[in-house]
Amino acid sequence: MSGTFSPAIELVVSALLVLGGVFALVGSWGLVRLPSLMERLHGPTKATTLGLGAILVASVVWFQLAQGEWTTHELLVSVFLFVTAPISANMIAKVHLHRLRHGGPSESASPAGPAPSPPGGVEWATHEAPHEGTPGDFVGD
Amino acid sequence: MIAYALAFGFAALGIALALNLWRLFKGPGVTDRILALDTMVINVIGLIVLTGIASGSGTAFEAALLLAMVGFVGTVSYAKFLLRGDIIE
Repeated sequence: MSGTFSPAIELVVSALLVLGGVFALVGSWGLVRLPSLMERLHGPTKATTLGLGAILVASVVWFQLAQGEWTTHELLVSVFLFVTAPISANMIAKVHLHRLRHGGPSESASPAGPAPSPPGGVEWATHEAPHEGTPGDFVGD
Repeated sequence: MIAYALAFGFAALGIALALNLWRLFKGPGVTDRILALDTMVINVIGLIVLTGIASGSGTAFEAALLLAMVGFVGTVSYAKFLLRGDIIE
Protein backbone atom coordinates (compact mmCIF):
# COMPACT_ATOMS: atom_id res chain seq x y z
CA MET A 1 0.00 0.00 0.00
CA SER A 2 1.44 3.35 -0.95
CA GLY A 3 0.42 6.96 -0.68
CA THR A 4 -0.27 9.24 2.23
CA PHE A 5 -3.88 9.70 3.15
CA SER A 6 -5.59 11.16 6.14
CA PRO A 7 -6.89 9.10 9.07
CA ALA A 8 -10.45 10.18 8.27
CA ILE A 9 -10.34 8.57 4.83
CA GLU A 10 -8.72 5.49 6.32
CA LEU A 11 -11.53 5.32 8.88
CA VAL A 12 -14.23 5.65 6.21
CA VAL A 13 -12.71 2.95 3.99
CA SER A 14 -12.19 0.61 6.94
CA ALA A 15 -15.76 1.13 8.16
CA LEU A 16 -17.15 0.40 4.68
CA LEU A 17 -15.03 -2.76 4.39
CA VAL A 18 -16.17 -4.04 7.80
CA LEU A 19 -19.79 -3.16 6.98
CA GLY A 20 -19.54 -5.08 3.69
CA GLY A 21 -18.03 -8.12 5.35
CA VAL A 22 -20.70 -8.16 8.06
CA PHE A 23 -23.55 -7.86 5.53
CA ALA A 24 -22.15 -10.61 3.29
CA LEU A 25 -21.76 -12.85 6.33
CA VAL A 26 -25.32 -12.13 7.49
CA GLY A 27 -26.67 -12.93 4.01
CA SER A 28 -24.97 -16.32 3.92
CA TRP A 29 -25.95 -17.03 7.52
CA GLY A 30 -29.56 -16.39 6.50
CA LEU A 31 -29.13 -18.76 3.57
CA VAL A 32 -28.11 -21.51 6.00
CA ARG A 33 -30.44 -20.68 8.88
CA LEU A 34 -33.85 -19.84 7.39
CA PRO A 35 -36.44 -22.63 7.03
CA SER A 36 -37.58 -22.59 3.40
CA LEU A 37 -36.56 -21.25 0.01
CA MET A 38 -38.92 -18.27 0.00
CA GLU A 39 -37.34 -17.10 3.29
CA ARG A 40 -33.83 -18.04 2.18
CA LEU A 41 -34.16 -15.77 -0.86
CA HIS A 42 -34.13 -12.76 1.47
CA GLY A 43 -30.58 -13.25 2.74
CA PRO A 44 -28.52 -13.39 -0.46
CA THR A 45 -30.64 -11.03 -2.52
CA LYS A 46 -30.74 -8.18 0.00
CA ALA A 47 -27.99 -8.49 2.61
CA THR A 48 -25.27 -9.90 0.36
CA THR A 49 -25.95 -7.42 -2.45
CA LEU A 50 -25.84 -4.53 0.03
CA GLY A 51 -22.61 -5.84 1.55
CA LEU A 52 -20.96 -6.10 -1.84
CA GLY A 53 -22.16 -2.56 -2.61
CA ALA A 54 -20.37 -1.32 0.53
CA ILE A 55 -17.15 -3.12 -0.46
CA LEU A 56 -17.32 -1.63 -3.97
CA VAL A 57 -17.84 1.89 -2.60
CA ALA A 58 -14.85 1.35 -0.28
CA SER A 59 -12.77 0.32 -3.30
CA VAL A 60 -13.80 3.40 -5.31
CA VAL A 61 -12.98 5.75 -2.40
CA TRP A 62 -9.67 4.06 -1.67
CA PHE A 63 -8.43 4.06 -5.26
CA GLN A 64 -9.43 7.67 -5.74
CA LEU A 65 -8.05 9.15 -2.51
CA ALA A 66 -5.03 6.95 -1.90
CA GLN A 67 -3.82 6.45 -5.43
CA GLY A 68 -5.44 9.37 -7.24
CA GLU A 69 -7.01 7.36 -10.02
CA TRP A 70 -10.61 6.64 -10.89
CA THR A 71 -11.51 3.03 -11.46
CA THR A 72 -14.86 2.70 -13.17
CA HIS A 73 -15.02 -1.09 -12.97
CA GLU A 74 -16.50 -1.02 -9.48
CA LEU A 75 -19.30 1.27 -10.64
CA LEU A 76 -20.06 -1.04 -13.55
CA VAL A 77 -20.01 -4.10 -11.30
CA SER A 78 -22.32 -2.48 -8.73
CA VAL A 79 -24.79 -1.23 -11.35
CA PHE A 80 -24.88 -4.65 -13.01
CA LEU A 81 -25.25 -6.43 -9.68
CA PHE A 82 -28.03 -4.17 -8.43
CA VAL A 83 -29.92 -4.61 -11.71
CA THR A 84 -29.55 -8.38 -11.99
CA ALA A 85 -30.05 -9.47 -8.36
CA PRO A 86 -33.87 -8.95 -8.36
CA ILE A 87 -34.19 -10.67 -11.75
CA SER A 88 -32.35 -13.80 -10.67
CA ALA A 89 -34.32 -13.85 -7.40
CA ASN A 90 -37.56 -13.62 -9.40
CA MET A 91 -36.47 -16.51 -11.65
CA ILE A 92 -35.53 -18.70 -8.67
CA ALA A 93 -38.85 -17.96 -6.96
CA LYS A 94 -40.69 -18.88 -10.18
CA VAL A 95 -38.86 -22.22 -10.36
CA HIS A 96 -39.72 -22.85 -6.71
CA LEU A 97 -43.43 -22.06 -7.20
CA HIS A 98 -43.55 -24.20 -10.33
CA ARG A 99 -41.94 -27.20 -8.66
CA LEU A 100 -44.15 -26.83 -5.58
CA ARG A 101 -47.29 -26.76 -7.73
CA HIS A 102 -46.29 -29.83 -9.69
CA GLY A 103 -45.10 -31.80 -6.68
CA GLY A 104 -41.40 -31.36 -7.19
CA PRO A 105 -39.34 -33.62 -4.93
CA SER A 106 -37.85 -32.15 -1.77
CA GLU A 107 -39.06 -28.60 -2.28
CA SER A 108 -39.48 -27.25 1.24
CA ALA A 109 -42.84 -25.60 1.88
CA SER A 110 -42.83 -22.31 3.75
CA PRO A 111 -43.97 -22.28 7.40
CA ALA A 112 -45.99 -19.17 6.47
CA GLY A 113 -48.10 -21.32 4.15
CA PRO A 114 -48.30 -21.23 0.37
CA ALA A 115 -47.92 -17.98 -1.53
CA PRO A 116 -51.21 -16.06 -1.96
CA SER A 117 -52.76 -16.25 -5.40
CA PRO A 118 -53.03 -13.18 -7.59
CA PRO A 119 -56.52 -11.67 -7.88
CA GLY A 120 -58.93 -13.07 -10.47
CA GLY A 121 -58.80 -16.76 -9.56
CA VAL A 122 -55.67 -17.49 -11.60
CA GLU A 123 -52.25 -18.87 -10.68
CA TRP A 124 -48.86 -17.18 -10.79
CA ALA A 125 -47.43 -17.55 -14.29
CA THR A 126 -44.42 -19.84 -14.18
CA HIS A 127 -44.33 -22.26 -17.05
CA GLU A 128 -47.19 -21.73 -19.45
CA ALA A 129 -47.12 -19.59 -22.57
CA PRO A 130 -48.10 -15.91 -22.22
CA HIS A 131 -51.83 -15.20 -22.19
CA GLU A 132 -53.53 -14.01 -25.35
CA GLY A 133 -53.27 -10.28 -25.98
CA THR A 134 -50.31 -9.72 -23.60
CA PRO A 135 -47.03 -8.34 -24.93
CA GLY A 136 -45.28 -11.75 -24.77
CA ASP A 137 -47.94 -13.43 -26.89
CA PHE A 138 -46.30 -14.13 -30.22
CA VAL A 139 -48.65 -16.96 -31.27
CA GLY A 140 -51.83 -14.89 -31.35
CA ASP A 141 -50.40 -12.21 -33.66
CA MET B 1 -6.30 0.22 10.13
CA ILE B 2 -7.18 -0.70 6.57
CA ALA B 3 -5.05 -3.84 6.93
CA TYR B 4 -7.20 -5.02 9.84
CA ALA B 5 -10.42 -4.16 7.99
CA LEU B 6 -9.16 -6.07 4.95
CA ALA B 7 -8.32 -9.09 7.11
CA PHE B 8 -11.79 -8.94 8.64
CA GLY B 9 -13.38 -8.69 5.19
CA PHE B 10 -11.42 -11.67 3.89
CA ALA B 11 -12.41 -13.72 6.94
CA ALA B 12 -16.09 -12.74 6.70
CA LEU B 13 -16.31 -13.53 2.99
CA GLY B 14 -14.45 -16.82 3.53
CA ILE B 15 -16.88 -17.92 6.24
CA ALA B 16 -19.78 -16.78 4.03
CA LEU B 17 -18.42 -18.95 1.17
CA ALA B 18 -18.18 -21.93 3.52
CA LEU B 19 -21.80 -21.40 4.64
CA ASN B 20 -22.90 -21.22 0.97
CA LEU B 21 -21.01 -24.45 0.26
CA TRP B 22 -22.85 -26.11 3.14
CA ARG B 23 -26.20 -25.05 1.62
CA LEU B 24 -25.02 -26.24 -1.80
CA PHE B 25 -24.34 -29.74 -0.44
CA LYS B 26 -27.36 -29.90 1.87
CA GLY B 27 -30.00 -28.72 -0.59
CA PRO B 28 -32.68 -29.95 -0.11
CA GLY B 29 -34.23 -28.63 -3.35
CA VAL B 30 -32.51 -27.85 -6.60
CA THR B 31 -33.64 -24.23 -6.21
CA ASP B 32 -31.64 -23.98 -2.96
CA ARG B 33 -28.57 -25.14 -4.85
CA ILE B 34 -29.06 -22.54 -7.59
CA LEU B 35 -29.42 -19.85 -4.93
CA ALA B 36 -26.27 -21.06 -3.15
CA LEU B 37 -24.27 -20.97 -6.40
CA ASP B 38 -25.54 -17.47 -7.18
CA THR B 39 -24.49 -16.27 -3.71
CA MET B 40 -21.08 -17.91 -4.08
CA VAL B 41 -20.48 -15.95 -7.31
CA ILE B 42 -21.38 -12.68 -5.55
CA ASN B 43 -19.06 -13.47 -2.63
CA VAL B 44 -16.20 -14.30 -4.99
CA ILE B 45 -16.67 -10.89 -6.65
CA GLY B 46 -16.25 -9.38 -3.19
CA LEU B 47 -13.06 -11.41 -2.64
CA ILE B 48 -11.64 -10.19 -5.96
CA VAL B 49 -12.34 -6.56 -5.03
CA LEU B 50 -10.71 -7.05 -1.61
CA THR B 51 -7.66 -8.57 -3.32
CA GLY B 52 -7.53 -5.53 -5.60
CA ILE B 53 -7.51 -3.16 -2.60
CA ALA B 54 -4.88 -5.24 -0.79
CA SER B 55 -2.54 -5.40 -3.77
CA GLY B 56 -3.16 -1.77 -4.78
CA SER B 57 -3.88 -2.50 -8.42
CA GLY B 58 -7.20 -2.69 -10.20
CA THR B 59 -6.21 -5.23 -12.85
CA ALA B 60 -8.36 -7.96 -11.31
CA PHE B 61 -11.54 -5.88 -11.63
CA GLU B 62 -12.12 -7.00 -15.20
CA ALA B 63 -12.45 -10.51 -13.79
CA ALA B 64 -14.99 -9.21 -11.26
CA LEU B 65 -17.01 -7.61 -14.04
CA LEU B 66 -16.93 -10.79 -16.12
CA LEU B 67 -17.94 -12.87 -13.11
CA ALA B 68 -20.89 -10.57 -12.40
CA MET B 69 -22.19 -11.05 -15.94
CA VAL B 70 -21.50 -14.78 -16.27
CA GLY B 71 -22.94 -15.50 -12.83
CA PHE B 72 -26.23 -13.81 -13.72
CA VAL B 73 -26.46 -15.58 -17.10
CA GLY B 74 -25.72 -18.91 -15.38
CA THR B 75 -28.43 -18.43 -12.76
CA VAL B 76 -31.04 -17.44 -15.34
CA SER B 77 -30.04 -20.41 -17.53
CA TYR B 78 -30.51 -22.87 -14.66
CA ALA B 79 -33.91 -21.38 -13.85
CA LYS B 80 -34.97 -21.28 -17.49
CA PHE B 81 -33.97 -24.89 -18.04
CA LEU B 82 -35.93 -26.04 -15.00
CA LEU B 83 -38.99 -24.02 -16.05
CA ARG B 84 -39.14 -24.77 -19.76
CA GLY B 85 -36.84 -27.75 -20.33
CA ASP B 86 -34.83 -25.63 -22.72
CA ILE B 87 -32.60 -22.57 -22.42
CA ILE B 88 -32.93 -20.84 -25.80
CA GLU B 89 -36.30 -21.48 -27.42
